[in-house]
Amino acid sequence: MRRLLIWAPLALFIAFFVVFASGLISPESKTIRSQLIGKPMPTFALAPGVPGKPGLSSAELANGKPHLVNVFASWCIPCIAEAPQLEQLAQAGVPIYGVAIRDRPEDLARFLARNGDPYRAIGGDPNSSVQIALGSSGVPETFIVDGKGIIRHQHIGDIQPQDVPGIMSALGAAK
Amino acid sequence: MRKAALAALLLATASPLLADSLMPAAPYTNEQLPDPKQEAAAKHLMESLRCLVCQGQSIADSDAEMAGDMRSLVRTRIQKGEKPEDIRKWLIERYGDWVSYNPPLDALTWPLWVMPILFLGIGVWIVSGRLKRRNRK
Amino acid sequence: MIAEGGLAALWLAAALAALQLVLGIMGVRSGRTDLLAAVRPVAVVQGVLTLIAFVALIWLFVTVDLSVALVAANDASTKPLLYKFAGTWGNHEGSMLMWVTILGVAGGAVAILERRLNERTLIATLAAQAAIGLGFYAFLLFASNPFARLNPAPVEGQGLNPLLQDPGLAFHPPTLYLGYVGLSVAFSFAVGALVTRDVGAAFARAMRPWVLGAWILLTLGITAGSYWAYYELGWGGWWFWDPVENASLMPWLAATALLHSVTVLATREGLRAWTVMLAVVAFSMSMVGTFLVRSGILTSVHAFAVDPKRGTFILALLAIYIGGALALFALRVGTVREGSRFDAVSREGALVINNLLLSAILGVVLVGTLYPLIAESLTGEKLSVGPPYFNSAAGPLALILVAVMAAGPVMRWRRDDLKAVAKRIALPVLVAAIAFLAVILLAPGIRILPLLGLVAAAGVGLASLAPLWKRNLRRTPLFIWGMVISHLGIAVSMAGMAAESAFTRETLVATQVGATHKVGPYTVRLDDVQPIAGPNYTAIEATVTARRGAGAPILLKPETRTFPSPQTETNEAAIKTVLDGQLYIVVGKPDDQGRWQLRAWWKPFVTFIWLGGALIAFGGFLAMIGRIRREIRHAPPPEFV
Repeated sequence: MRRLLIWAPLALFIAFFVVFASGLISPESKTIRSQLIGKPMPTFALAPGVPGKPGLSSAELANGKPHLVNVFASWCIPCIAEAPQLEQLAQAGVPIYGVAIRDRPEDLARFLARNGDPYRAIGGDPNSSVQIALGSSGVPETFIVDGKGIIRHQHIGDIQPQDVPGIMSALGAAK
Repeated sequence: MRKAALAALLLATASPLLADSLMPAAPYTNEQLPDPKQEAAAKHLMESLRCLVCQGQSIADSDAEMAGDMRSLVRTRIQKGEKPEDIRKWLIERYGDWVSYNPPLDALTWPLWVMPILFLGIGVWIVSGRLKRRNRK
Repeated sequence: MIAEGGLAALWLAAALAALQLVLGIMGVRSGRTDLLAAVRPVAVVQGVLTLIAFVALIWLFVTVDLSVALVAANDASTKPLLYKFAGTWGNHEGSMLMWVTILGVAGGAVAILERRLNERTLIATLAAQAAIGLGFYAFLLFASNPFARLNPAPVEGQGLNPLLQDPGLAFHPPTLYLGYVGLSVAFSFAVGALVTRDVGAAFARAMRPWVLGAWILLTLGITAGSYWAYYELGWGGWWFWDPVENASLMPWLAATALLHSVTVLATREGLRAWTVMLAVVAFSMSMVGTFLVRSGILTSVHAFAVDPKRGTFILALLAIYIGGALALFALRVGTVREGSRFDAVSREGALVINNLLLSAILGVVLVGTLYPLIAESLTGEKLSVGPPYFNSAAGPLALILVAVMAAGPVMRWRRDDLKAVAKRIALPVLVAAIAFLAVILLAPGIRILPLLGLVAAAGVGLASLAPLWKRNLRRTPLFIWGMVISHLGIAVSMAGMAAESAFTRETLVATQVGATHKVGPYTVRLDDVQPIAGPNYTAIEATVTARRGAGAPILLKPETRTFPSPQTETNEAAIKTVLDGQLYIVVGKPDDQGRWQLRAWWKPFVTFIWLGGALIAFGGFLAMIGRIRREIRHAPPPEFV
């Protein structure tokens, strides 16, 4: 017994060493994913984020077709970078709905005029409540929602040109 | 050593180069609930919820906008009479256990909670073994 | 030239460390203790060389020599002199050089001062110290050269992170490093004693001043760091259980345990193997702390001096030193004689419980800090372990520890009678009971941890004075005074923590200029907000008047500072300290209606937290003086080197 006990500290140290080494090899990921993948869209109803466009409610989203819900903001710089990709997706017939985080209508209108408007509807989320309800922790983020209103996929960060095919196939799978 | 911690914490509070919106803060972001009991409950909860964008602070002491919105959410819901632990549960459903500084007791975390008792037990076992042997001699 | 000179000094020091190691191994193997005469000057010159290198780097920083890469990246001619100076160690390379310098100087000090230890053990100790030094020299010279040149030199440096531009930087990191290095000396003594199988009272007495010194400095470092965080972060918190804070707490916990077990070894020849073990653990905690901070493997440690390559290097050193020492321990400890016996109810018994509880707390903090990493690598699930966990897992252990602390000092060595001990602490127990009733009556609804904290502080505060009872105070040895004051410091600090957490009053409002608000016993009014210019920043300065009842108005000027290089914003809280607490005020951003965000706290007795910390360290200092005086009095006549 005592012989075993004598070696226990070294064994413990080796265990910790393994933890440290694995931490170095694969550091903790810094992104926090939404836990709602595979679960229904939370219920919400947002007023229009910009004049002349409809607002957004979760009821309208369960319309039998897969679609994208894009969480964005006019003050967010990567959102400008992903605008052409969203435009491309919209032209391919993908319905895109926007949730504008902490935005003023005039800023949003300017943003859409400058960067294009791929959105069918934009709900204004002035205190990030829908963002939090979605389990999203930043802008931009894009959720793929199927026809029954189930969240199928979360894309964190801006959609880059190479991400588009993946999103198209995820949409196809969500039918 | 600690200076690194400070820098880390400070960088997060000092809202680094994350773009901020121009919108005013949501209600109860930086103001307290009128009922001191509710405010105390909200404060206690906020201190144990992790800010999502700063990563090293609770939402109770972060200047980040999103932490502010979460404070607003917590205070508003507490004001409506929701129980703090229900709000925590609701947030965990969305962000996972990461959002709560208070790890739950489940299959993954039980060692954490057993550990203090286990350490004490092992210690007492080693010491008492020695003492007994000593007495017998 | 100066940079090259510094680098040359470092290389020379490294060569001497190698020489010291070789001589040491030869000395231990052949048993030729006359080699000590060669090892001693080598260690001293090595210390002087590291000091030269460090002074060279300070000189480069103070004169802002931008042709040196490190200076260009962390210094700026516009910085105030204090931060040019302290900025030397406000970065990775500089702080590692500081570490190596302290290590070198400490090695030289051991070589000069240690006279009583068995010479073979001393040679082994100095060899171990040289081995540690070599690893860190390699780290500096191959992976973090502080003297590397930059060509062409830039016109202006990038400046020091504004968040570090605080007097705290001049004081806090050096104290912690001194503490860590003190533990490395204890480690070397332990390795030396294991090598020569000479684990006894002489070894304990040789090691004790280093442990005590390290412990004093760690206490000061943590206390200062906590106060720094408190006033700098702007939210009134003083401890967050952040991984990096935990990294500084763990060596302290181990050193505290070691300090107590080394006393048992020095006085009663007990706890031999355990003391050696703790010396290894204490130094390994310093290394683990350095590793966690520098490698950035834990999320909460953001990108500051973080580099996985450095992490790999430190981890390799950790594996060599600690793994090696633990293997040596396992091979040798069987041959270490068992210590003298003692009864469960005795001073030794209480100290064993102290060690047990401190180790359990250490384990909780260590595993709690690493658990998110372990969980994610095993299951991919992300989770957080934060204040609620640490408070509820380590808090009760700490309370039991403090209760044992009340009884320990009044117990006799070897064997004592439980009833007699109970009689000796009857009064403190009674006071604790009265405190319990008083707190429950006066502050109904107080949470359990602060309640027990206040109760324990009252009982222990009184009990800590018990060793002075019926003693001639003038003839009481200094180290008894030291123990009493340190234990009292624990009670004072604990009272501060409990009072702060139970009775803090908070006021958060959006206020117009001229409006008044209540916070605790004070009314505060925002009078004015003005832009001002600092030496290397611009700021918004608010003027706030606070009054307590009908008392005289107090003027407070919190600031929000904006630094251009690198671009950062910081909150400077305005703090008014009074006898029974602190008023803490921060003014944040304005809203769209021109109202200012005002955060105000009344924190009763919060200062006791750091006052207690200072008392703990002061007690340690007295004990050190007392021990050293006694050693000198009882020392054999000095022989010549």
